[in-house]
Amino acid sequence: MDKPAVLKSARTLQITYNLPISRTSKFWEGLKKGKVYATTCQKCEKLHFPPVADCGDCGSSEMKWTELDGTGELVTFTQVLVKPASFNEEPNYIVAIAQLKDGVRALAWLTGVKRKDVQIGMKVKLVAKVFSEGRVSYEFIPL
Amino acid sequence: MTNKVAIIGVGHSRFGDRSDVNLSELSFEAVHPSIENLGLTAKDIPYMAVGSMGVWSEEPLPAVVIAEYCGLTGAGLVRCEAACASGSAAAFNAYSAIRSGQTDTALVVGIEKMRQIDTPTVLEMIGRAGYYLWEFENFGMTFPAYYAVHAVQHMKKYGTTEEDLAMVAVKNHKYGAMNPLAHLRHEISVEKVLNSSVIAWPLKLYDCCPITDGAAAVLLASEEKVKELGVEAPVWIESMGYSSDTANLSKRENYVGLDASVKASRMAYEQADISSKEVDVASVHDCFTIAEIMAYEDLGFCEKGEGASMILEGETEVGGRIPVNVDGGLKAKGHPIGTTGVSMLAELTKQLREEIKPRSRQAPMKNYTALAHNTGGTGHYCYVTILRR
Repeated sequence: MDKPAVLKSARTLQITYNLPISRTSKFWEGLKKGKVYATTCQKCEKLHFPPVADCGDCGSSEMKWTELDGTGELVTFTQVLVKPASFNEEPNYIVAIAQLKDGVRALAWLTGVKRKDVQIGMKVKLVAKVFSEGRVSYEFIPL
Repeated sequence: MTNKVAIIGVGHSRFGDRSDVNLSELSFEAVHPSIENLGLTAKDIPYMAVGSMGVWSEEPLPAVVIAEYCGLTGAGLVRCEAACASGSAAAFNAYSAIRSGQTDTALVVGIEKMRQIDTPTVLEMIGRAGYYLWEFENFGMTFPAYYAVHAVQHMKKYGTTEEDLAMVAVKNHKYGAMNPLAHLRHEISVEKVLNSSVIAWPLKLYDCCPITDGAAAVLLASEEKVKELGVEAPVWIESMGYSSDTANLSKRENYVGLDASVKASRMAYEQADISSKEVDVASVHDCFTIAEIMAYEDLGFCEKGEGASMILEGETEVGGRIPVNVDGGLKAKGHPIGTTGVSMLAELTKQLREEIKPRSRQAPMKNYTALAHNTGGTGHYCYVTILRR
């Protein structure tokens, strides 16, 4: 079959979103200082992670910051080998979900361990991560 | 008093790499046949709902472009988004418009042109479809990865194996090979699945649906309109159940099923007043092999944890207890995101009319009842539709 004829569009877009973080700025500032914060609703006492500025459970916007201990158990995981375009430069990464003793779950990369050594139920800790270029994130490390 | 709603016309393009046509031309392949054999013309259609994500092709207003190209300009238009369940969301929109008496006829179109950009960018767009801020920005989740975390927990909890998953792909490719409209029309072996490259461990290339272009359309009408047009074999929409789940995967209770599928199916069964045992044929959302096994369980075709034994024992083949995805499913027919829900309705309408060719993939009818299960994202959205002739 002949290759279908296509017109290469002359119009190219490059999109970079600005992500508003004013109302959760303590979380992002905390990561720079090595701390991982969640928010606790002052009205219904629900602990939220990822942190939120408003409580979807009871409707209150009175939140307080709670530093997470971060230790927990791995619930499930995968390793991503075929990556999205904007992650193409990254080595293969393991994404894990863990149940923290603090009472919330988190999803993050699990580093410092080979995929073959990862097990459901293994002990991990959620820690802050600062990259050399200044970008902040958080990750699981094996305990 | 609400109106009954029937599917009175279907259209379905060939799925695959459809770089030979643009969005408008592709839509025409589905829209035209769905209308033409009833003595209707496009001018008779007062309302059209389009299911489409559309981020991979150039037209931001697909409903308007399709309407102009197919001769529906002036009709009420909307584009519905529910990720991979956008087609069902569009169907629900049109179904509701007829049920409420707002209109007596409405067209539902699903369309997607996914192959106009490169594969890593498609993975990026679908990977962003969860909670972008918390699960993509820093962690690069992909669609295969979202389902892989379910496969890992299902395997651990119920002993499901990579071979069991491969069996789903083998079955769906078998039927895809019989379906002239399917994207992947070749049979595969368990070994070929197991030896294919890892995409997101433990899911491999042949555990994943392909990136597909395609369009489908169903024409809906009220009972009164069905009588007026003298439609011979209307297929009635008995019910549409719906539900959803958290955007953050980390907020889910477990990863061995999709809660939205359980809730949407229970709602659909209850409203149609049937049990899963009465379903003669089903199309379930097998974007990945693990998704089909979880769907068997979530839809109540078997007990939780027994999905793998259904595939191993051939219960979901034609001639089995409940044939599933005998058009090839998303796995082999292809999964043009917003098209899938409409494609399921088109296929099941033909199944219920016993029009399927070749006959080897026609499910035997006992109760003339079919079920379509269409999830969006990773069970972020879910619609379950019960059809009856």
